[in-house]
Amino acid sequence: MATDTTIMNHTTTSDHATLADKFNLDEPRVDWHDKTLWFIRKKRDKAAAQVPDWEQLRESASQIKNNVLSNLHSYLLEFEKNAQKNGITVHWAVTAKEHNQIVHSIIQEKGIAQVVKSKSMLTEECHLNEYLLAQGIEVIDTDLGERIVQLAGEPPSHIVLPCIHWKKEEIGELFSRHLGTPEGNSDPQFLTTAARIHLRQHFLSSRLAITGVNFAVAETGEIVVCTNEGNADLGVQLADVHIACMGIEKIIPQRKHLGIFLRLLARSATGQPITTYSSHFQRPRKGQEMHIVLVDNGRSERLASNDFRNALKCIRCGACMNTCPVYRRSGGHSYRYAIAGPIGAILAPGLDMEKHADLPFASTLCGSCSHVCPVKIDIHDQLYKWRQVLVKNGHVSGTKKVGMKGLAFILSHPGLYSRAGAVGRWLMKHVPGLINNKFNPWYKQREMPDVPKQSFTKWYQQNRISK
Amino acid sequence: MKVAIFIPCYINQFYPQVAIATLELLEKLGLTVSYPEKQTCCGQPMANAGFEHLTGSCNNLFIENFSGYDYIISPSGSCVLHIKDHLHSSIKEQDAISMRAKVYELTEFLTDILQVKNITSKFYHKVGLHQSCHGQRGLKLSQMSELVAPAFSKPEHLLRMVEGLELVPLDRKDECCGFGGTFCVGEEAVSVKMGKDRVADHLQYGAEFITANDMSCLMHLEGILKRQKSPTKVIHIAEILNAGV
Amino acid sequence: MSSRERILEAVKKNQPNGLPLLPIASASPAATDLAQKFIRALGNIGGTAIEVESWDEIPLYLADRFSAKTRWVNMIPELGNMSTADAFEDPHVLENVTLSILKGHFGVAENGAVWITDERMGDRALPFICEHLALVIHSDDIFNTLHEAYEHIGASPYSFGTFIAGPSKTADIEQSLVLGAHGPKSMTVFLQRKR
Repeated sequence: MATDTTIMNHTTTSDHATLADKFNLDEPRVDWHDKTLWFIRKKRDKAAAQVPDWEQLRESASQIKNNVLSNLHSYLLEFEKNAQKNGITVHWAVTAKEHNQIVHSIIQEKGIAQVVKSKSMLTEECHLNEYLLAQGIEVIDTDLGERIVQLAGEPPSHIVLPCIHWKKEEIGELFSRHLGTPEGNSDPQFLTTAARIHLRQHFLSSRLAITGVNFAVAETGEIVVCTNEGNADLGVQLADVHIACMGIEKIIPQRKHLGIFLRLLARSATGQPITTYSSHFQRPRKGQEMHIVLVDNGRSERLASNDFRNALKCIRCGACMNTCPVYRRSGGHSYRYAIAGPIGAILAPGLDMEKHADLPFASTLCGSCSHVCPVKIDIHDQLYKWRQVLVKNGHVSGTKKVGMKGLAFILSHPGLYSRAGAVGRWLMKHVPGLINNKFNPWYKQREMPDVPKQSFTKWYQQNRISK
Repeated sequence: MKVAIFIPCYINQFYPQVAIATLELLEKLGLTVSYPEKQTCCGQPMANAGFEHLTGSCNNLFIENFSGYDYIISPSGSCVLHIKDHLHSSIKEQDAISMRAKVYELTEFLTDILQVKNITSKFYHKVGLHQSCHGQRGLKLSQMSELVAPAFSKPEHLLRMVEGLELVPLDRKDECCGFGGTFCVGEEAVSVKMGKDRVADHLQYGAEFITANDMSCLMHLEGILKRQKSPTKVIHIAEILNAGV
Repeated sequence: MSSRERILEAVKKNQPNGLPLLPIASASPAATDLAQKFIRALGNIGGTAIEVESWDEIPLYLADRFSAKTRWVNMIPELGNMSTADAFEDPHVLENVTLSILKGHFGVAENGAVWITDERMGDRALPFICEHLALVIHSDDIFNTLHEAYEHIGASPYSFGTFIAGPSKTADIEQSLVLGAHGPKSMTVFLQRKR
């Protein structure tokens, strides 16, 4: 049972616009991708409407997360203390690499060669799978969507719906190649059953399970893992070792706050009232070792920023992706980061400003994301602020800089502005070819506006001033 | 009350009829309206592109032009939102702060300040109302579909006063058109796809005209409609409210 | 300096001024007929709710649907034939369990979930590894929302607890809902009127 071991590297030189352009070459596919995700947005709306105090819940969640960020130091200590009291080993990793090394050392110490892993965007962010593979350890992603992209040698394109960009025929073909299912069978029920059988073998044979963490409760030291498939639980309960990986911002203060977050999470993500399993791990099972790896990877640095700190409130629901008209029409892979869409666009530049300078501009600033966000992250405001930061740090083309300076000059000088407008209109009228050509990106698929005979200012001067 | 109109740069240069309609409409409602001639732009094109630091002179020019008015009205949700959020001055910050509270988008001025109860306008057509994002989510001109909250719409409220006008339903009432400033050329493929989808939504319900609070959205949709050689036209809401009298 | 110290120091230095933790605003208005609300919610997520008046009805219902020739594991004393702990030294031996019957603590009406903790599971793997799952709760032990549920759970010192809402599922293949991913393929909740 061979698995495709080439994991697509995120370091292409293409930017979002170029990749989105490619994505849009297949218009019917874009329509399909867009409609599928919009449907999920609508499911979210329907589920939210059934909770009379929905907006109050969002406000509570937002305030709790604000409190967490402003008291993170004491909450981390409280969480560690309580987790340790419960027999859990707590590790701390400053960088993604250190996280990978810690996980690897636990695996290596036990002499284990194959592990199962349930969905964890944190491990995706750290490129854990690649790292372990290079050390000769096989990682089996057990979430169906993640297993599909793993077999295909791709990263997930959505944090909750990893293979939303795959059609069932393509999955059928993939399974027939890797799992031996009959060619041409694309029935979701059949394919899921095939995956169940295939992965069950791995659950039963694997001695170590890696999971993510949806919420870590400071008050009790317990962690909560939410899945629909039951893969996290099955993996952990059959393993000798459980490693749970989390960003330090995943802390919530008290157990009762789960009553707020769990009411928001699944509804925001998929429109379900709750995921099938919301498992609370407080103490390891008898004879099992449980580890938690707390990861910084730029989070403590972001904590210092008044402008960008709020992104740390994220509970990784993906609602912003489902609602984003740009994400729906460009696909997660256009973002070249573990986490795509609006939240990805405000997280990624913090980690690598040069590589991800394109992301904050992959937006019309429509603001839809901020208003579906269950924890009220001011995503569209942060996108605007990142643009200022990127320009100040020189991550913008020379021509754009010059162009903008010119524009600013013209717009500060009324006389010049009038003349420029008049010239523009004259050119458009008398030499349209100068503007209506393939070098004008507007003109590629749109007509230019009609040319009026005069500006409003001119009209006003002629029709009102003389009175 | 001392009232002035602020005309967005692209309306001034390419769609003067929208400015004329705005002026005439306000005058019909009994106002004496000034138009400070030296106005240019709110600065948004530069700010949204990351060059807010270059908008200082533009801001000062705005403050200079519009000092002394009780209300500054503009037929553009995005420009008004930008002024409200980003008008600053290194030399006249107090003026900037007080001015931000005086800027109104046209429809919100009509519903909230003038509290217009009826409009003598005729427009016997099927019209699709496009909810421009900044006006809707930023200025709260109408309720956004993202929130679990009571519905309302200031532009719709006004359009329903227009004789003969039939508002068509839409599948996606408030999805962005894809213009987005420099986005319209920087991310051309997605921008156009978003615009095409909006147009298709309006056309499937038989819209003869697409209207909005923002001419930038309409300019973008019009470019697509014309390329498709569609008979459907765009028209700014000011023009509808000022129509047929 | 250890990584732990580095992280804690950075966090302490960078965190903004403390914002208070406000009391949670009281949740949804009180709902009536929680049992019916729960039954509807469970139905919506692919589970089945059966109201029963006595313990006898449960094995009868199950025998109708699941072959006695398959391996059943029952952890409810009232239903007799309770499996012994010996069988669970190694959870791997539970691989071929067709049906497990467990007692839950309570249900949640807004989402059709049942709360169960490890001391009622026999082995923690059991509710996940079996092919079909049956849970029994009392029909009065249903809370309206998770808010009330957590008020009830309070500081309960469970080692492992989970909300189970219906059968395992996935929609990863073109958003087609499939019941029965890695966990149980079906879930039945008996609402017992007798304690």
